[in-house]
Formats: sequence, structure tokens, C-alpha cells
Amino acid sequence: MTVQEWLRAAQADAERRGLVDLKPLLETLAQATAALREAAFEDDSGLTAQRSRLHD
Amino acid sequence: MTDLTIHEAARKLAARNIRSTDLTRACLDRIAARDTTLNAFIAVLGDRATADAEQADREIDSGRYRGPLHGIPISLKDLIDLEGVPTTAASRVRAHHVACGDAPVAAALKAAGAVILGKTNLHEFAFGTTSEDSAYGPVRNPHDPSRSPGGSSGGSAAAVVAGMGLGSIGTDTGGSIRIPAAACGIVGLKPGAGELSCAGVVPLSWTLDNVGPLARSVTDAWILYEAMRGTPGRDIQPLDAPPLHGVRLGVLGGYFVDFLEEGVRERFGEAVEALRAAGASITHVQIPHAPLIPAIYLHLVLADAAAYHAEMLDAAFDQYTRAVALRISMGRYILAEDYARARRGRAILRAHVDDCLERCSALLLPTLPITAPKIGATVVELGPKKDTLRNVMLRLTQPFNLTGHPAISLPCGGAVPPGGGAPLPVGLQIVGRRAGTIDLLRLARTIEEIV
Repeated sequence: MTVQEWLRAAQADAERRGLVDLKPLLETLAQATAALREAAFEDDSGLTAQRSRLHD
Repeated sequence: MTDLTIHEAARKLAARNIRSTDLTRACLDRIAARDTTLNAFIAVLGDRATADAEQADREIDSGRYRGPLHGIPISLKDLIDLEGVPTTAASRVRAHHVACGDAPVAAALKAAGAVILGKTNLHEFAFGTTSEDSAYGPVRNPHDPSRSPGGSSGGSAAAVVAGMGLGSIGTDTGGSIRIPAAACGIVGLKPGAGELSCAGVVPLSWTLDNVGPLARSVTDAWILYEAMRGTPGRDIQPLDAPPLHGVRLGVLGGYFVDFLEEGVRERFGEAVEALRAAGASITHVQIPHAPLIPAIYLHLVLADAAAYHAEMLDAAFDQYTRAVALRISMGRYILAEDYARARRGRAILRAHVDDCLERCSALLLPTLPITAPKIGATVVELGPKKDTLRNVMLRLTQPFNLTGHPAISLPCGGAVPPGGGAPLPVGLQIVGRRAGTIDLLRLARTIEEIV
């Protein structure tokens, strides 16, 4: 599911539940989600593997 | 008397130069005089506190002195259970809740002899940075009641500044101890992750929450921290302050200094130069992926909050303040795959901060990018840059909830806010190595003498 598909579904659900003022907040969340998905975390695999600190 | 530090009051109590009943009465009188304006307390436990103070005096008189918290009046954020007293979390949702026991941290403080004056106001369910969205009304900053004291532990910070108790216990999920400490000009400690029990504390995020002290000095924060760990000292000694000569301190760049009010930038720069002049070795460090911190934090805190609140939200949505209910509702839409990405980002961030702290004894940065905001403000504009107030206030503290490193905020002077007016407090944040909270406190004790 792309971020745009997710956002459309989430906003439709918010509207169905009568939470229209949730829709702009979901747009903010969508921007954060897009940033997270675009992050090149794999570039750091050497650092994290070396430290064995990948797990919470 | 209400303006004493815990350490100063402890010396006087142990020497029987003052009485806990007098000190407690003075704090209760201060609450009566000032809290109609500041709204820092949700519950004041006058009779109970007086009885506890009388018992403390009897014990001290008979030679059964317990240590530096014995007979000291303090407060608890109303998120922490105290037996027989409602834990409201500043929400109508919990208006009828009464704690059936003490949270372990509250029990430890009582065992150390602390006198609990009352429960302090906060941002509802600790889910906000201004302490405005509360079923009990907004908390106001003692330095300027038209401004927020920060949050979510805003009532705790306001109480300490206004002499309504000598210390307070707050919680910190994204900065909720350090932000109000900075906005109000006091010391606030977020210990390392998992050091202090969060049992009996209404959660915001099971993976980010911490309990910690707000106080008037680093020594006072240390006394409260040790008591909550269950290891209170019996001697009334100040925390030792190691020499700064040769200590390597890392100043964080990039994201961490990109969005600062000019006065905050100036005070921070002056603090760094003062530390350099005092013998510290200053080095500049970068944290890769730092601009992703807000996105990582948002996915974790929203998902955790939605999980805890799911049933209450379905049953009593309208009982929450609207802003908090909507924010929690966002978490119900987060996909598992994105939550997993956030966890991955968190682990990588932690490794990078660990890497920096192998080369430095501690990291330095401002605590709060701005001075205390006006009540009702929602957006911050600094020149061409603009962001929501919530994002700005969390910007510099939430990283260390994600990584679990201990962090402390110290006052480092004042700055005139945009638009003018009297100077408002600025906070210096110091971040220590994981499992190094005591070392961080010792370093902070040295630094508080310098900045």
C-alpha cells in the first residue's frame, strides 16, 4: 500500500466516523510516513551490525 | 523557607533548626496564595501532608533520621499513583479513579521520608508539551502567567519555581520533564531508559516513558533520583563535582541547532564557551538521520498511545479534550510495516548516539529551541522557518527518549522572547552515556557552577 493509498483510506474512515478535523492530522502523519519509507537506513547496516544494537 | 533547596532544607531539618511541619505549612500557604493564578495542582493533600510532616518531626526528634528527603515537602505529577488519591491524568476520563496502592517510585519517596503535598496538573494524559489541554484548566508559567510552563509536567515545574514544594516528580516520554524545566528555569532529569519503575504510572508510551525529578539544583535532582531508585543516602552531602579539565564534550550540530530562537542560540553559545574556558575540550559532532527523528518518534508514540487508549477512546471519546483525542486517534491508522520501520530507525539512531559518546563524555545542546510560548500559540515562526509549536518543543528532547540515553536540563540564563518583554529562562541539555546517569549528574553538578 502506498502512502497516498493509505492516506485516502484513513481520511475516508475518519470522515465516516465524523472526525473531519482528524483529516489534516492524517496528512501530517502521511508526510512523516513518507519520510520514514524514503530513509536509507540500510546504509547503516555496517555500523549497527558491528555494535549488535539493532534490537530494542 | 519555601525557596530553600532540598539539600539546604535537609541540613536544617537534621540539625533541628527548622521543623518539617513549619516547612510543609509554608509550602501549603504558598499554594493557597499562588495556585489560583498558576493552577499547578489538581489535588492538594493538606491534612495528609501535615500529618506526615508531624511524624517526620517526631522521628527526627527521636534520632530516627532517614536521610536528606526526610520531612521534605514535594509533589507528584497526577499521573503517578498515590494510595487512596485519584490519579486523574488531567482527564475527565479518569475523574473517578482512585489509586489502590502507591506506584513504586511514590512508595520509595515515602520510605525516604518525603512529605507529599499534592498531585500536579499536566497536559492531559501527558500527551502534549504546553500543559494547556487539561480537564482542570491550563497551567501558567510563574515567570509570566500569560505563558505556558511547558509540558507535559508543567504543574510540577511551576510548583517548584513558585515555592509550592521543594521538588516534584514528573514523567518524560518526549521531553515532558526537560521541556518544562527549561521553560521555567529549573533542573529536570530524564534518567536512562528503564532505570526507574513506571509501574503505577499512567502510560503514554510503554517504550518511551520515564519517571524523573524536577528540582532547584543538580544535587536535589540526585537526591530525588536516588530515593526513587530505592537507594537513598543517609548523609547530607552535596553530589561531588569532578574537575572539567580535559573532559571532552560534544556539541551537536545540524538538525540540533537549525531551528533556534536567537536568544536561545546566544545563551547556548555562551555556555559552550564558558565550559571551554573552564577547561573542557569541545568537539562538534553530527548524528546521521537526525532529521528523521520526529517521524520515528511520531510512529512509535502514536501507536503505543493508541494501543493503551483504544477501549477508553471507543467508550468515552467526548470525555477527552478534543486535541488529545484526535492525536491519539491518529495512532489507530499506523500500519505495522511503518511501525517496524520506525523501530529500525530508532535502533540505528541509538547506535549513532552511542558512537558519539564513545568519543565524548557527554553531548551538549539546548533543551528547548524557544522560550516559553504564549498560552494559545500553535505555530512557531523563526524568520523564514515555520513549524507547529508541538514539533518545535519536542525537537531537541525526543531524540533521547528514542535512544534511551540519560539527559538533564539545567538553567543557563535568560533570553528576551520574540516580540520583547522580560527575559525568560533558557535550558542547557546534557546527554550522558547509557547506564551512566550518575556520571551525568556529577558532570551536570560541575557544569551548573559554570553556566
